Amino acid sequence: MSEQQVIQSDIALSVEEIRQIDAELAHMPQKSGAAIDALKIVQRQRGWVSDESLIAIARHLDMSPEALEGVATFYNLIYRQPVGEKVVLFCDSVSCWICGCDSVKQKISEKLGVDYGETTADNQYTLIPVPCLGACDKAPVMMVGDDLHTNLNNEKIDQVFSNRTGLNKTGSNQTGADTTGEGEDA
Amino acid sequence: MENSSIETPMNEKVLTRNIGPDLVPTDMAAYEANGGYRAFHKVMSGMSPADCLEVIEASNLRGRGGAGFPTGMKWSFVPMGEKCSPGHKYLVCNADEMEPGTFKDRLLMECDPHQLIEGMILAAYTIEADRSYIFIRGEYVVAIERLEQALADCYKKGYLGENILGSGFDLEMHVHTSAGRYICGEETALINALEGKRANPRAKPPFPQVSGLWGRPTIVNNVETLCNISHIIDKGPEWFQSLGLGEDAGTKLYGASGHVKNPGCWELPIGTPVREILEKHAGGMAEGRKLKGFLPGGGSTDFLVEEHLDLPMDYGSIGAAGSRMGTGTMIVLDDQTCPVGMVLNLIRFFAHESCGFCTPCREGLPWTRQVLEDIEAGHGRKEDLETLLRQVKYIGAMGNTHCALAPGAMEPLQSALKYFQSDFEAHVEQGCCPYVSDIKAPGLKAPDIKQTQGESA
Repeated sequence: MSEQQVIQSDIALSVEEIRQIDAELAHMPQKSGAAIDALKIVQRQRGWVSDESLIAIARHLDMSPEALEGVATFYNLIYRQPVGEKVVLFCDSVSCWICGCDSVKQKISEKLGVDYGETTADNQYTLIPVPCLGACDKAPVMMVGDDLHTNLNNEKIDQVFSNRTGLNKTGSNQTGADTTGEGEDA
Repeated sequence: MENSSIETPMNEKVLTRNIGPDLVPTDMAAYEANGGYRAFHKVMSGMSPADCLEVIEASNLRGRGGAGFPTGMKWSFVPMGEKCSPGHKYLVCNADEMEPGTFKDRLLMECDPHQLIEGMILAAYTIEADRSYIFIRGEYVVAIERLEQALADCYKKGYLGENILGSGFDLEMHVHTSAGRYICGEETALINALEGKRANPRAKPPFPQVSGLWGRPTIVNNVETLCNISHIIDKGPEWFQSLGLGEDAGTKLYGASGHVKNPGCWELPIGTPVREILEKHAGGMAEGRKLKGFLPGGGSTDFLVEEHLDLPMDYGSIGAAGSRMGTGTMIVLDDQTCPVGMVLNLIRFFAHESCGFCTPCREGLPWTRQVLEDIEAGHGRKEDLETLLRQVKYIGAMGNTHCALAPGAMEPLQSALKYFQSDFEAHVEQGCCPYVSDIKAPGLKAPDIKQTQGESA
């Protein structure tokens, strides 16, 4: 990698990101030990991990970009593509399946106009399946951003995404607010 | 909040004594007011690590993460004192609760975080660890926040850090949030994840107790296991043993999900009969549904059926019946849910979560998934059932795979083939899924399946 690229890579990380990554490095015997933490730090700031970010993190941790890519793509919650403002983690594991999550998923897809792995046109939501969320007594469940939503059915989906009119791919929604989706503790 | 002081041992709440129906989290003051950190003070003011180990070994506590390995014995493998080369030792809490159908550790961490931390301090002290991590899945946002707060409170009071309460014992504790993947629950995969690597399980030996995190002695214990420690130290191994109904000691968080009247999670004496859990606590089957089978302890345990309802839920009894108690949280299959569909859902999960390291798991599970998809979609052939049996035999055999993920995936399949064989055959013969499904095929008639539970064993 040329000197020019190295400089660009360092620039790709903000001062704040570097500060947070270095704080993790302080209690690691090896720099590469902070790989997952560093990916999460950058993702928290930027929503996802771009190629440029990945290369910059790899340089900072004395890792090859290929090795770091191997780590980044292994984990479900590291996003190597841009995601919407909120990620919808939809549980499709066994208890939720028994309790009818397939029909709820269909409802969400109709409401948001997206399938798994897709982001709404207005960039508000990305829909992703997630392994068992550990709230099986309240199945079906999902997370929208940091909030857990339980005992899902079609009416619940209408409430949680009440700011959507259905199949809304125009990005006309202005509020961006999840009006009724207050967090529920298990 | 329940007052446990006047309850008989049979009903004693231990792990959930601070957890009321309102699920209000217990803070430092409330925890200490109800006897919290009493065991910690007792140990810091005069018990040696060897004393603590003796108590835990005598208690017969077995790991609550699923495998049921005796906790004291696990700890006893850690090299101690001068027998250990200089450097850090680690205690890691496995809070990566991802076994399908399992929802017990979330409750313990969200509602009583100090109970876990006290258990971890005592465990770390016992094995002379000076570094500890709570490895928790990133989706447990509320638990992470409450554990971070509880840790901050402990540092403030001098319960963590250097020279804790003047005892000369140092301990750092961090919350590490995982970036996902079921395989992180396997202890050596978890250690790789903590080191910032892909979470492929490691070859054993060396065992983590000798060479784990960064090549140093490491103990990995489940949340519920660690939550028991302070109580055992406080009240003694005899008391702990008296809590269990059969061979095993202590209480257990049991749960039920699926179409039961009252799905939930309850702390009961270990060894409580399955029937009592399903009928008394879960309220029986939901209106209009009958029990067809159940996975006793998560997605990687074998189905049991009605004839097993009177078995005690303990390691030995459930094991003797051909399954595993696993995490103790049951997934209930009713007579209107397709068993082939349920197993397909599980195999999809395991195929997706395979780390890809070894061939039988990486290639075998997607093959199994494909066969099941064909059967469920009505394209199955008679010989597919033979194929599934062969897959169970070769993928399910311990030693053919690098870790227990693929053998675990085969457990619900092999038992479904045994107890629900007629359902598989009906799919093939009728060329469709015979179950009423309000999701995919509304209006289908009730399933035309003859019940053969157990007879093909």
